[in-house]
Amino acid sequence: MHVQDYWLILAFFALVLLPAPFLGRYLFRAMEGQKTLLSPIFQPVERLCYRIAGIDSEAEQDWKTYALALLAFTLASLLALFAILMLQGLLPLNPQQLPGLEWTLAFNTAVSFVTNTNWQAYSGEAALSYFSQMLGLGVQNFVSPAVGLAVLVVFCRGIARRSSNSVGNFWVDLTRATLYGLLPLCLVLALFLVWQGVPQTFLEYVTAHTLSGTDQVVPLGPAASQIAIKQLGTNGGGFFGVNSAHPFENPTAWSNLLEMAAILLIPAALVFTFGHYVKDLRQSRALLASMLILFVLGLGLGLYAEYQPNPALAALPIEQVGSLEGKESRFGTTASMLWATATTAASNGSVNAMHDSFSAIGGMIPLFNIMLGEIVFGGVGAGLYGMLLFVLIAVFLAGLMIGRTPEYLGKKLEAREVRLLVATLLVMPLGVLVFGALAVSLEGPAASISNPGAHGFSQALYAYSSGAGNNGSAFAGFGANTPFHNLMIGLAMLLGRFGYILPVLAIAGSLAAKKRAPLGSNSFPTHGPLFVTLLTLVILLVGGLTFLPALALGPIAEHLGLVQGF
Amino acid sequence: MFKQIRPAISVLALMTLIAGVAYPLAVTAIAHAVFPAQANGSLIRDAEGAVRGSALLAQRFDGAQWFQPRPSAADYATVASGASNLAPSNPALAERISKDAQRLVGEGVSPVPMELVTTSASGLDPHLSPAAARWQIARIAAARSIPANNLERLIDQHTERPLVGPAVVNVLALNLALADNRFSTEPE
Repeated sequence: MHVQDYWLILAFFALVLLPAPFLGRYLFRAMEGQKTLLSPIFQPVERLCYRIAGIDSEAEQDWKTYALALLAFTLASLLALFAILMLQGLLPLNPQQLPGLEWTLAFNTAVSFVTNTNWQAYSGEAALSYFSQMLGLGVQNFVSPAVGLAVLVVFCRGIARRSSNSVGNFWVDLTRATLYGLLPLCLVLALFLVWQGVPQTFLEYVTAHTLSGTDQVVPLGPAASQIAIKQLGTNGGGFFGVNSAHPFENPTAWSNLLEMAAILLIPAALVFTFGHYVKDLRQSRALLASMLILFVLGLGLGLYAEYQPNPALAALPIEQVGSLEGKESRFGTTASMLWATATTAASNGSVNAMHDSFSAIGGMIPLFNIMLGEIVFGGVGAGLYGMLLFVLIAVFLAGLMIGRTPEYLGKKLEAREVRLLVATLLVMPLGVLVFGALAVSLEGPAASISNPGAHGFSQALYAYSSGAGNNGSAFAGFGANTPFHNLMIGLAMLLGRFGYILPVLAIAGSLAAKKRAPLGSNSFPTHGPLFVTLLTLVILLVGGLTFLPALALGPIAEHLGLVQGF
Repeated sequence: MFKQIRPAISVLALMTLIAGVAYPLAVTAIAHAVFPAQANGSLIRDAEGAVRGSALLAQRFDGAQWFQPRPSAADYATVASGASNLAPSNPALAERISKDAQRLVGEGVSPVPMELVTTSASGLDPHLSPAAARWQIARIAAARSIPANNLERLIDQHTERPLVGPAVVNVLALNLALADNRFSTEPE
């Protein structure tokens, strides 16, 4: 590693962590309707929205009504996006005259963007019109993280409120998250990206006459506005097929740094938002510590692996350094591995290098991050509510160990909450192991695998982990655009989204209704180093026990094979 | 559920107007006022105004007299671009690298820089490290009958050193300079 690699890592952590306390406080105030710096601009827009939509912003909902509103909105989004993708040939802003998508691909893509997964079985510049990108995918890029954020604040209110039947108003939370949370940051990032070289235009593709005398089509489009929200909303669906590896999507080392920091900016801030809800910022710092431990462990192991020369190339007359296959020169190995760690720690799923060509262990880190449920910072909202589920499990285990009723921040965890918790623990195994096993054992679907041996299994494992984990990154050699995978990964994405959201809302509703038990001297403190250790171990144990056998068959077998020279 | 249908549809429509129309239009308007060249794809035009490429997209170059960019799995296709996605354990990767390395060893010194035998993620990587560009100097100097020093200086002039990333040099910029007569002794 060179000196600029250390600068990059340092700058990345600074950009993610330093704004977090301030942004977290701002988001808390914005979501609770308190006065913020941007209220003069957005409050009139907000009020207008409520009037047009016939929403009483003061009326709160109980968790069931909230869930129904969320489902109704998701359904409307799903149908609208599916229709846009099917009909894009008839819609305007289609200078390349691209036809509508095949229906399983349209279904997969619609589910993918509505569930904040942004799995891409298509290539943007070759398949989607500007209309589909902007009014279809672009809108979901905003509202799907806003839904995640809404669910998170419901969870926070559930813990913070006492003897309350209501958990908030979905329409208000959704609107505020979009307007105050996402829009302003996107505007700033989008303009920075244009400055660095990302196109932003409605003109058709340009044909260049190259120096060698051939023709080269230069694909264009309103890319910068889309890429900004793709990063900040932990979406990850690239404007161009190769995502942020494309020189138009991520032109410089600086654009790379900011796009990478944008992945974790809001998720890190939300940890502090939670602290403001429960009026105890020590809890935020404890969660952040656990997240940082997991992040740094993964990054360190990944970087070590990526800088090792590939044993399969040892005899060749080439520089013996870590492989640059599937990596861009302007990023190099460090920025590629750092991005891979960040994009899977969160449920972002954008890539700036091809994970399929990473070293066996370097490719296992993003895969394992996804399998843990993307709770290391995690997706906007989704990451922290996933992390809080692990916190409740850790609290439950601690309660068993010390023989007291488990409680978190004064709220007792009883049979109902624990049952719901266990249900969420089954989501990833079901989506990854059951769906994935089906995909690799059927002859037709297994033909999508493009690499031989253990790595081929990793490709399918990654695809279904990415779907169920709502991540969206891929071992991209996997030929995912078949009717089988489009439908199955589509189902995995729905399972991974609502398999968490519905239990989380139910737990939040149940916690909100409880009284706050006084904190006794026997209560297990949830902010010290002991709890951070317990929480980190619980996460690694649950993830490890569930997925270690599958990882042993994939990346670990591949690594051992390479080292042994099989 | 039925009571939620009206807000669902109207909120979706409103968000489409705000996030799907107003926001990208605002970005486009500001971008074209402040950074028009970048917003239109960083296009490179010749003296007659014809587009010769984008500063950000690699082009295919054949012949010993040009700097060669990173190999491209999609043969420098732009719609759609693509990567090899070969696993480190895939024998096809070692075979391809072996074949390219043997060919390149004939053109320069051993060992061959890793970048020149590995395909990039986008297939359109416009850059090389200065070392990988310098590795090609002997071949280009011989093909164009120009002193190696001139090429050294050319690479130095075009090297970008961002604080937070590796030093890189834009291959198209190098070749544009070569195409310019100051560096070339061959008729174009």
